[in-house]
Amino acid sequence: MRALAFGAALALACAAYGQDVAKEIQRYRQMVAEGSPAELFELDGEALWKKPQGPKNISLERCDLGEGPGVLKGAYAHLPRYFKDADRVMDLETRLLYCMTTLQGRNREEAAGRVFGSADRPSEFELLSAYVAGQSRGVRIEPGMSHPKEKASYELGRALYFYRVGAWDFSCTSCHGEEGKRIRLQDLPVLYKPQYARPVIATWPAYRVSTSQFITLQWRMNDCYRQMRTPEPTFGSETTVALIHFLTATARGETYHGPGNKR
Amino acid sequence: MQRDFHPRGQATMERVVQDGVQRVCTESHDRPPPELAKALEADQMKTIVYPEGSLMGDWKRGETIAQSGRGLTWNDKPGEPAGGSCYNCHELSPQELSHGTIGPSLRRFGKTRGTSPEVQRYVYGKIYNAKAYNLCSQMPRLGASGTLTAAQIKDLVALLLDPASPLNQ
Repeated sequence: MRALAFGAALALACAAYGQDVAKEIQRYRQMVAEGSPAELFELDGEALWKKPQGPKNISLERCDLGEGPGVLKGAYAHLPRYFKDADRVMDLETRLLYCMTTLQGRNREEAAGRVFGSADRPSEFELLSAYVAGQSRGVRIEPGMSHPKEKASYELGRALYFYRVGAWDFSCTSCHGEEGKRIRLQDLPVLYKPQYARPVIATWPAYRVSTSQFITLQWRMNDCYRQMRTPEPTFGSETTVALIHFLTATARGETYHGPGNKR
Repeated sequence: MQRDFHPRGQATMERVVQDGVQRVCTESHDRPPPELAKALEADQMKTIVYPEGSLMGDWKRGETIAQSGRGLTWNDKPGEPAGGSCYNCHELSPQELSHGTIGPSLRRFGKTRGTSPEVQRYVYGKIYNAKAYNLCSQMPRLGASGTLTAAQIKDLVALLLDPASPLNQ
């Protein structure tokens, strides 16, 4: 039903297009923001979080997301961060995969076999991200920035943001480097600047209206690189985590209020 | 990147190895030293292969190519015709309101420039390898990267220059 309402909103916005473009796009975004389907994903994510799985047949409820085993409040807002047990910096999705393989005893290939889902069937990471992120609403975004590996991860992410590569010579700045630019009708936030990173990072992960999918930051990195015409970045790799770390650190201080809605 | 990326579809691993242009532009944050830029632009100019005869194809086909954002990603089928993704960044025909703004508007591009062989050659070359004209341009090297064929680039030249093209109305 909600999907229908959003479809109608989109059609309306399209029909009105040309009269006053900026105003109509703004109105459409407002309509979309009211009453988010993201809540439904949060509920399914909670059920999955509590569902016993894997060879050990236990749930993820004792997973340590950085605030201690089973502590969800504020955990997402403090990621990515360094984890001593894994001796590396992890974002939420990477940490979830870690808990699936250690806590639940699942094999990595199986657990990471389907990291991005579809409109009909979201992935485990999408549902769990929705639930865990929702537990950080109202918490200030403060990723780890003190451990040497956290500093190195941030610096790597920053370097990657400006790194031109791939068949079309793009870097992140090719699209997200200059203020006031668009691709087609999509506004492009300049994500290395705090004032643009803050509202964006404060609402990821998010429900994407145009594809009826719940999307995560690992998905966003993956799909940006796809469009940059590079090979595929590996889920949970240092590269993807470093970029997410850099973007999140750039947004630090903002109050998390997602999961949000995207076009 | 060698460690963290894996090949998928037509997106193979040599794509994560920077070439000289990418390296210089990365290191200089897209503001290369002028002398070096000039030398590398001259190298890039040598990559441009011009077909014989007129460089103007069919603007109607050019419009379709300009609209399409397909090509070279890991989920594009190899061998299927790619597009130029032109509207992602440029305003072209007035009928298309959904255009990006990363590149300059190309409305009425041919109006003041005409269709002389020199102008055709410039436009063809710019689409084939934008880095030959502006080393750290954000525009892909659409011919040199193997994205577009010579015939497709000629169609885009027509879209920009043909007096009958909607872009020049």
